Amino acid sequence: MPVFYGTEIASALMLGTALYPSPAILAEAFRRSGAGVATVSLRREAGGGREGQDFWALIRDLGVRVLPNTAGCHSVREAVTTAHMAREVFGTDWIKLEVIGHADTLQPDPFGLVEATRILSDEGFRVFPYCTEDLVLCDRLLRAGCGVLMPWGAPIGTGRGLMNPYGLRSLRAHFPDVPLVVDAGIGLPSHAAQAMEMGFDAVLLNTAVARAGDPAAMALAFARAIEAGALARAADPMEPRDMAAPSTPLLGQAVLA
Amino acid sequence: MKIIVNGESVESGAATLADLLVDLGHGGAAVATAVNEGFVPATARANCPLRPGDRVEIVAPRQGG
Repeated sequence: MPVFYGTEIASALMLGTALYPSPAILAEAFRRSGAGVATVSLRREAGGGREGQDFWALIRDLGVRVLPNTAGCHSVREAVTTAHMAREVFGTDWIKLEVIGHADTLQPDPFGLVEATRILSDEGFRVFPYCTEDLVLCDRLLRAGCGVLMPWGAPIGTGRGLMNPYGLRSLRAHFPDVPLVVDAGIGLPSHAAQAMEMGFDAVLLNTAVARAGDPAAMALAFARAIEAGALARAADPMEPRDMAAPSTPLLGQAVLA
Repeated sequence: MKIIVNGESVESGAATLADLLVDLGHGGAAVATAVNEGFVPATARANCPLRPGDRVEIVAPRQGG
């Protein structure tokens, strides 16, 4: 099971909490899948409002580790301030750091991400950076204090799967000891299995479960796919080859032609 | 005085950020605060005076991906 900053998580499935048809279905998705981490956010609360308090009570009852995000932040300052607010409200120094660089693709701003990572790491935060699969960026993030990397599979909410398997495999090869999470762009359990087969430590997704016709069933499907992918990785998969190689022995075949 | 709370203009007599939270019904709630884009920890709210035109943000847990 993945270990993030010295804490072992019970499942390699990390689930977002947004976009579910209802709070009850959200809770059922977590229960059936056994997801080990829930991502959450902070938003404005009206005076006397209960929405945030009720939601927080629901999440606490799940009994999973909480990973607050800085979703929607486009500047280092916004992200750092949001991280401070999240640490106080959620009582954790874990932060899923998002510094968005492009409004349409929600592509991370690599320069702002490194800067914010350095600031927050120096202040004692445990940073989980939502990043691209760029090898140099990931190296800079590690040097800035990250102990985890979370490259995207595809843009958030697209469900397109792993758009750059080569880049993701390169990260695994170059950083064998760093926990790696594919975060965003996952659409199907097979995408999650593929990430785990590559040797990723966990998968973080939201929309693919929350927007499924039956979110709880889909969450379970993801959990099983992730388990299958991890088992396959540990079992040392065969290398693909170009030419056919018969699996049935040629020796002893009757001559009938 | 007029201050801005979560983007809305509000008439308030609160002397401090802590007073404002009580006036608005947030007393005891799990919220985080910022004034003029700077984080104000819960322990500092009582010592955070409010002035006309201050921009206050009050946030609470929400769904996130």
